[in-house]
Amino acid sequence: MLTVATGNKAVAAAVKAAKPAVVAAYPITPQTEVVEQIAEYVTSGEMDARYIPVESEHSAMTACIGASITGVRSFTATSSHGLLYMHEMLHWAAGARLPIVMANINRSLGPGWNVWAEHTDAFSQRDTGWLQFFVGDVQEAYDTTLMAFRIAENNNILLPVMVNLDGFLLSHIMQSLETVEPGDYIPPLHLPHRIDPENPAGYGVLTGPTDHFRFRWEMERAMRNAPAVIRDAEEEFFRQFGRRYGPTEEYRCEDAEVVVVALGTLGKEAEVAVDILRDAGIKAGSMRIRWFRPFPDLDIGDRDLVVLDRGYSFGFGGVLSSEIRSKYPGASIYSVVAGLGGQEVTYDDIAGFVRDRRMGEEFWFGVDA
Amino acid sequence: MYEIRIHSRGGQGGVTAARLIAMAAFLDKKHATAAPFYGAERRGAPVVSFVRIDDHKIKIYSQIRSPDLIVVLDASIMEAVDLLHGMKPGGRVLINSPHPIDLPGADVITIDLTGIALSVDLVVAGSPILNTPVIGAIAKMGIITHESALAAIRDMFTDERNVKAALAAYEELKL
Repeated sequence: MLTVATGNKAVAAAVKAAKPAVVAAYPITPQTEVVEQIAEYVTSGEMDARYIPVESEHSAMTACIGASITGVRSFTATSSHGLLYMHEMLHWAAGARLPIVMANINRSLGPGWNVWAEHTDAFSQRDTGWLQFFVGDVQEAYDTTLMAFRIAENNNILLPVMVNLDGFLLSHIMQSLETVEPGDYIPPLHLPHRIDPENPAGYGVLTGPTDHFRFRWEMERAMRNAPAVIRDAEEEFFRQFGRRYGPTEEYRCEDAEVVVVALGTLGKEAEVAVDILRDAGIKAGSMRIRWFRPFPDLDIGDRDLVVLDRGYSFGFGGVLSSEIRSKYPGASIYSVVAGLGGQEVTYDDIAGFVRDRRMGEEFWFGVDA
Repeated sequence: MYEIRIHSRGGQGGVTAARLIAMAAFLDKKHATAAPFYGAERRGAPVVSFVRIDDHKIKIYSQIRSPDLIVVLDASIMEAVDLLHGMKPGGRVLINSPHPIDLPGADVITIDLTGIALSVDLVVAGSPILNTPVIGAIAKMGIITHESALAAIRDMFTDERNVKAALAAYEELKL
């Protein structure tokens, strides 16, 4: 059905279509609309799920863990400090191999108190064992949330998945949305290690170094399986619903000499900058990265990369540019730190970054000259 | 691309007005986005919302810098913000006011949306609702169609007083 929705409502609609048994969440700006809408679906009977209003995000994640370990589908949504409050349990969810799906509405961390878009919250959970996607518009937020359940629950993965949306910029913008009936696109969940509440057994006994090491290797093996599983989920999504996705969204990259690399809405805005640059005779392209974990293989060639970073590792560098440099040590990168705390970054600004690029250097937009 | 910037105060419905316009444009088979700019969310604080309408898919997420139309739901806001900032040459300004207002360099249209809301008893918690009558005015200006304006309002609200107010504004607006 064709309609209009905000990013938040698109996520809620996808969750409704995916039919989780349990949703546990705590509201936080700018995620609130996601869980309000889901609570409303449950209250009105449109969704046959147990909605558990908890007293904290830590409890939201533990409730999802408790539900998931019995072999049922579970979902939560959060943002910023809420995500960080879950941190310990994010490791637990991944380590226990539970296919929980979460929407994270990217927002900065205090102090100073700031509710606007930044990727630091998601980046700070990079090493928890969750798969992470970053989406760029309302339709993609919906589609990726649906795909997330299929990917997480694949028995070659069984890891939780986080879908990231830029706070306010995407969570609160209204765009057109086509909803689908997922049907068998998301098959029933069969968790091989589920606990039967009717026949309880003990878990979590002390695990020695040898077994622990093996568990961690199994997680990495699942991550290494993930690209094929995600590609299959994207291919099948295209086949059934007609919209194609991949590890990146590339725009006018074929003959590009300089490529803007970004996550989320900055990657969409960059496409407008590319058109402006092309009109001025500059062979520019845009590569918006959709998968952050597992981090995808990129076709960068020997092109100049202007990497936009909405998150920073203090004492080291922009997180996305560091990831790319780490994977491709020879890459020629101009690292632009921009958009922290919702800083306004326009297509003209992005075109300016490309024009004035100083390869190998780092530039703090609004601070450096 | 047609770009609209809406100025209101928190609680007056500027964000909803933006969403109604985008939905009506969408029903007109156009591409549209509506985006609020949230400051600290509190009643009475100046709020800005943005609507973009185009024949092509819209990829812009940054704020509108050169609006074609500036909408003012609360005229007192003109004391607090630089209203005409960035307006396109020949841009129009639609102001909720019972009196004519002259702004040098701008094509100003005034309409008493508050009076219209009160006349159809469109009042919630003591405040007149402005976001549905303003949709009638914007339809009259030809930015969205009359039919889509009413359909968008009915999609979001069940209270027919919203439609009555929009129709009244449509009739009353003099171009």
